[in-house]
Amino acid sequence: MPHRTFLAFILPSIVAMLLFIATPIMSIAVQSLYIEHDKILVMSETCQPLGGCVKETRVDAEATAKIRHDHPLGKFNGFGIYTDHNHLAFADIGKIVTSNLGFNETAARIYDLPFYRALVFTLTYALTVTPLAMCLGFVIALAVNAVPKLLKGPVIFFSLLPMVVTPLIGSLVVYWMINADGILGAAIQLITHNPDLSLKASPTMTWVTLICYGIWTNAPFSFVVFYSGLQTVPSDTLESAMIDGASRLQRVRFVVIPTLLPLAVFVTLVQLMDNFRVLEPIIGFNAAANATSLSYSIFIALNNQSAQLFSSAAATSVLTIAGVLILMTPVLMKTAREFGFRT
Amino acid sequence: MKFTLKAMLLLGTIALTSTAALADCGIASGSVRILSNDFEALKIVAAAAEECASATVKFSKNQTSEHKNLQVPALTSNPAEYTIAMVANNSVVPLLSGGLIRPLDDLVAKYGKDLEPNQLIKIDGKTMAIAFMANSQHLFYRKDLLDKAGIAPPKSYEDVLAAAKTLQEKGVIKYPLGAADKAGWDLAAEFVNMYLGYGGEFFEPGSAKLAINNEKGKATLATMLALTKFMSPDYLTYGADELNKDFQGGKIAISNNWGSLAGAAVDAKVATADVVANTMFAGAPTVGGGTTPAAALWWDGFSIAKNISDEDAAASFQAMMHGIAPDVAAKNPSAATWLIKGYKPGPTAVGVIQTAAGGAKPYPMVPYMGLLHTALSTGLADYIKGSQDADKAMAGVEAAYNAAAKEGGFLK
Repeated sequence: MPHRTFLAFILPSIVAMLLFIATPIMSIAVQSLYIEHDKILVMSETCQPLGGCVKETRVDAEATAKIRHDHPLGKFNGFGIYTDHNHLAFADIGKIVTSNLGFNETAARIYDLPFYRALVFTLTYALTVTPLAMCLGFVIALAVNAVPKLLKGPVIFFSLLPMVVTPLIGSLVVYWMINADGILGAAIQLITHNPDLSLKASPTMTWVTLICYGIWTNAPFSFVVFYSGLQTVPSDTLESAMIDGASRLQRVRFVVIPTLLPLAVFVTLVQLMDNFRVLEPIIGFNAAANATSLSYSIFIALNNQSAQLFSSAAATSVLTIAGVLILMTPVLMKTAREFGFRT
Repeated sequence: MKFTLKAMLLLGTIALTSTAALADCGIASGSVRILSNDFEALKIVAAAAEECASATVKFSKNQTSEHKNLQVPALTSNPAEYTIAMVANNSVVPLLSGGLIRPLDDLVAKYGKDLEPNQLIKIDGKTMAIAFMANSQHLFYRKDLLDKAGIAPPKSYEDVLAAAKTLQEKGVIKYPLGAADKAGWDLAAEFVNMYLGYGGEFFEPGSAKLAINNEKGKATLATMLALTKFMSPDYLTYGADELNKDFQGGKIAISNNWGSLAGAAVDAKVATADVVANTMFAGAPTVGGGTTPAAALWWDGFSIAKNISDEDAAASFQAMMHGIAPDVAAKNPSAATWLIKGYKPGPTAVGVIQTAAGGAKPYPMVPYMGLLHTALSTGLADYIKGSQDADKAMAGVEAAYNAAAKEGGFLK
């Protein structure tokens, strides 16, 4: 293909990517370097129904508006937001590390910092849900492939259901099911003969619940991709393997899996990105006490009761993007080695 | 701030009945555009205001629990997207800070003949909002269960703890207590309530410097934790609505929940017969030998946008006067604790009224309170589940607040 034609072909995509992906990311990065102007506070008297009158501080709206009008981006703060207590918390980490508390206590103290707590859960979630959901999806794909033709349609439909349900709704439904009176919660209590067992009370059980939910909701994506991949596995190779006396397991191991490997790389990439930004299950399961994620931190910064912390949200977003890039590096490097230099 | 399915159904019936009766609100022309939160009482008010719609008066409304995120950008544009913002103690603050709402004194003088003096929210003598209902968390308790254990209705949190112990020991109920301790907004609200009950100050006077890391703050945490020992182990996942569902199901003997949910708690359509027959409401308990009820007082009301024409402002104000007219409160006595003239409180309003009469403090209206609320909402979870000591929890909240307040421009 001549270079000009190629350029004309991909130009619209490049423009769209610059406009809708690169520009917003740049804008977030810039935003994260600024904080709000110093507010001009004045004392004023506030009278409320039933509560009487009190002297309270109030923001001088006019004076503050003028400063904002002169410098609309805010006050330049450099990387101050990134390093503050609610994000990377360099000062706190320094203090914890230099006070020689022993490994366990040091780890516990660092885990108490909001950003690291969110990061630990986010990583755990992404790194367990991704492989397990892919395995489950692969097994479902193999099973569906073996189902008689007549049943395939309905089976595929039901296997896709978890993906069809909106994550927030899905998690809410499961939340009420694992409630002590819900069908799952009551069943688990009955099976374990422990009427006080609650999946929502202990941190460990909450994590397990969230991860199981993640696997359930993510498996269909892997299933769809692997199932379509299975249709491309060369049947003559499979047949010759059968003639050579390969068992079903050996055929999967030595024929199917190698054929599907490039697909698996693709699914890993997509799923890692997807799972790294876990948010809805935490909201749906009311699990914020035991598990928070980076996306949840962004959500809280923006869903504050009165003042949105845009810079905080921007900084966490940039850190999330950095996290995704780091996570994907090994997969991307492998892909580059395999495909990048072949042509 | 809370809404229920019932509220939505109720809205349906109100909407159907109210469109039939077109009222004359005395508005010549103008545009009335309401932005409000999404719960029963506000729907009633908005539906009543909608009766003013006519060929010359355009009316629209957006009732959503996301109103707090919409209001500042929507009222900043010129002309503002909405003429009326329904607000509460906390949500009016960003509008005031941004200078986005107008003084209402001239409109009150002209059209506000039905308003009571205590409905006017005055900042430096200027009326900036009109309140029409009060709300607070207060006691919901089951008289039958308390009688069974031979306990008098609790007046203080010490009574509540003693009652819970007796109820549990006598095997009357497994988990006697319930609170909206869900990590997030609810948990922070519980802290605010209890801390006010101990007579604590949140900030150093005249500054944004935090002042909760003291004996009162620690006593607050200790009481909150002591109460959780008598709650279902899932207590950290219970917001006010979930809590009310358990109460309706008869699983809780004593809880401290929102006045705006009292009607739903004893609604025969959803609550069990025992709960409907035996539930009593009372003011929020005191704590630690204090005399102030341990609950923040809230009001819900409305403000008028600054960036609109005077004609629209007058039309909006008149429509709202129709929306909060005395007969609206008279027709819906159990929907809220109305502050409207002539309102006779129903049985479900007792709790809020007793809380207010007991001298409860209003939820603070200072501009950095929202940041503290957020810091509390995430910082107290570990403590309240029993895996962190009070000192660490307080230090964590303080550090999170300081960082946020610095970002917001309140602290240097």
